[in-house]
Amino acid sequence: MTPVLYNLPFVAVVVLTIIGLATIVLKRNLIKIFLGITILESAVNLFLVSLGYREGGIAPIYTNAPDRLMVLPTPQALTLTSIVIGVATTALLLSFAIVIWKKYGSIEIGFLRRLKE
Amino acid sequence: MRMSKIVRTGACILYPLITIFGLYVVVHGHLTPGGGFQGGAVIATAAALVLVAFSHADIAGMVRKTVFSAQESLGLLLFIGAGILGLLAGAPFFANILANSGLLFGLAVPPGSNPGDLNTAGVIPIMNIAVGVEVWGGLAIILMYLFSATGGEGA
Amino acid sequence: MIPPFVIENSPALMVIVPFVAAFIAPFSGRVAPALRALVVGGAMAITSAITLLLASDVYAHGTRLYVFGAQAATLAVPPDSGGIPVRIMFTVDPMSALMLVITAISAFAVVLYSLTSERHHSGLGSYYTLFLLMVTGILGMVSTGDIFNFFVFLEILSIASAGLIAFRIDGGVAVEAAIKYFVLSTIGALAILFAIGIYYGEYNALNMALIAQRMQFTLLDQLALVLIIAALAMKCGAVPMHFWTPDAYSMAPSSITALLVVASQASLYGLFRTVFSLYNITLNAACVGWLIIILGVLSMVVGVTMAIPQKNVKRLMAYHAISQTGYMLLGVGVGLAVLGNQPLLDAFGYMAMEGGIFHIINHAMYKGLLFLTAGAIFFRIGTYDLNKMGGLGHSMKWTMIFFIIGALAIAGIPPFNGFASKLMIYESVFAFNPVLSVIAMVVSILTLASFVKVFHSIFMGPVLPEYKDVREVPRPMLAGMGILALVVILFGIFPSLVVETLVAPAAHALADQGMYIAAVIGGGV
Repeated sequence: MTPVLYNLPFVAVVVLTIIGLATIVLKRNLIKIFLGITILESAVNLFLVSLGYREGGIAPIYTNAPDRLMVLPTPQALTLTSIVIGVATTALLLSFAIVIWKKYGSIEIGFLRRLKE
Repeated sequence: MRMSKIVRTGACILYPLITIFGLYVVVHGHLTPGGGFQGGAVIATAAALVLVAFSHADIAGMVRKTVFSAQESLGLLLFIGAGILGLLAGAPFFANILANSGLLFGLAVPPGSNPGDLNTAGVIPIMNIAVGVEVWGGLAIILMYLFSATGGEGA
Repeated sequence: MIPPFVIENSPALMVIVPFVAAFIAPFSGRVAPALRALVVGGAMAITSAITLLLASDVYAHGTRLYVFGAQAATLAVPPDSGGIPVRIMFTVDPMSALMLVITAISAFAVVLYSLTSERHHSGLGSYYTLFLLMVTGILGMVSTGDIFNFFVFLEILSIASAGLIAFRIDGGVAVEAAIKYFVLSTIGALAILFAIGIYYGEYNALNMALIAQRMQFTLLDQLALVLIIAALAMKCGAVPMHFWTPDAYSMAPSSITALLVVASQASLYGLFRTVFSLYNITLNAACVGWLIIILGVLSMVVGVTMAIPQKNVKRLMAYHAISQTGYMLLGVGVGLAVLGNQPLLDAFGYMAMEGGIFHIINHAMYKGLLFLTAGAIFFRIGTYDLNKMGGLGHSMKWTMIFFIIGALAIAGIPPFNGFASKLMIYESVFAFNPVLSVIAMVVSILTLASFVKVFHSIFMGPVLPEYKDVREVPRPMLAGMGILALVVILFGIFPSLVVETLVAPAAHALADQGMYIAAVIGGGV
């Protein structure tokens, strides 16, 4: 039981990745596909943050810190950058969805077939 | 279709409080969790609250989009300028030459509790403020464009 | 003559100048369009000059390091860090320098072209912002020495180019192409981020040289290698992940398509950097080499066969771009397959890698030229459909000459540059496995056939009545195309000079992992 408990964040990463990929591949509504991309991004961010954990570690701040192990701060910076990139990606995808709705009248991907061959 | 009076009054009361909290998160980024992007996103939440409570047409009459666009570019140029400060002093780009350099920026802080100096982290809080201003402008302008594109089609 | 400040800080300035100009452009556009043209053109000229300066410095003196935020620019290993590089740095070695040369020439020609070809559109402030951000993304991606920094610049490039593909909304069709490109691109970038997380978790390092030094080929590393190869091969348009390429290349404005070709080459550079500099001989070279060779052969064959029935001239050229990417993958894959084996490497391995890398720069030049000529035709007659065109050779003589130069170069006819790189690939691949070389030659013949058909239907024949008063395109557009055509001709006439100054140092720097690691970790003031 205990190995599963220690690896619980990584199990969650795998579950979220599968849910995200399944949403992107199986759903027909454009907004749901973009939500699947957001779920996949959350999975990768969770993976990055949980890499830095050290057992029994404290927050990585030096002022008045007791002499114990600290969790790694670098993955926190990587995750923050990735979240910012995710915000920009989501904003761009949503504005594409608005233009598609205005021009095509529907946001089901069955209708996005004007580019063939 | 307007939101009820309770929603509109609540938004008017909460909006400055959220903005001040966001600015606190921005400015204290080198000491507590937070920093430029996090604080900027909190302030943009305030803008989103106001945009939802009042219709886009009312807000567009009060604030022009070019103000936010200028704010975004200004924040970015301030960020690059803080990096170029290092270039001008002979070090590589983004070098933290202001840290621990006397005057306002003080000397290295001794461990333990003490009042410290105003800004011993050098360029980092300046960059935090620049990024906070930029993210505020950027997210507000994204929200205004998204609301204006769908505003005329129904609630 | 050039201040030493500029030479020492050129890697940083190369990225700062377009970045700052990108955000000044909308405000100068509000004052006057001529001022915006001056700001954009001037910034791009300065950037190209600094980039070429940096590239020539690297070719003369070896790998350049630039550490951000340190006391001195080359202090990679600070004295109190325990012997490892801790900061983000740019590591410009000769392979990066080659990609910088491509970007500098291509981007400058494209800016000259698009200042005239886009002047009738609205929203140009945002167009130039995204354009300069795309150039920043490419320049950063090929010079960085830190793997997370590579991911950040890759995302800057993807977001900017997705916005630019959807620029001419075209009744929604361009936005559909941009959505296809951007969804695939985001999934690929997330796969790369997952692989970066795996490297960080295993080796506690983000610097490429440090990961290379600590690399043992465990199961997790194999997983990361597969993710990175899949994602970066998708970004450069290799089969079977090529489905975004015809849509995105045909719906973007032509100047952006020429720059998207350079962006795809930069992703190809990322793939080679990972496989050669991060892994090198720790991986199973024959297996991974054959994987890349198979991707290359599939791309060549599928690209050229799908191009033959196309009626839209830009879709046809996009399929040919997929096919030419196959040549590069084939050449460098053969070099990878013999990597552990020094006698074979000296016999034909280095020549195969040099052929593949030389093909990268040739392809960027002649494919960019072809897309710009297609854009010039669209500028005058408003359509890309081959069935509607005809007889344009009478009025658009310069465009016809540039198209002939580009078409002969892509088919591999001497004295243009395509012939030199294709000959190197044929010879070396024949020594490795004759079947692959025969496939490559057949694909080349089919390419020539396809372009003869296109040339005939656009330029030959009597003048059609609806195109009676079509004139030549304005001079800045001709100047942009002329720069690329000049490079095509010069590289074709002096191929051995180009190979020994530009390409051979790049191939040797790529294959030699020890030199890369020593330049970063052995270095320090």
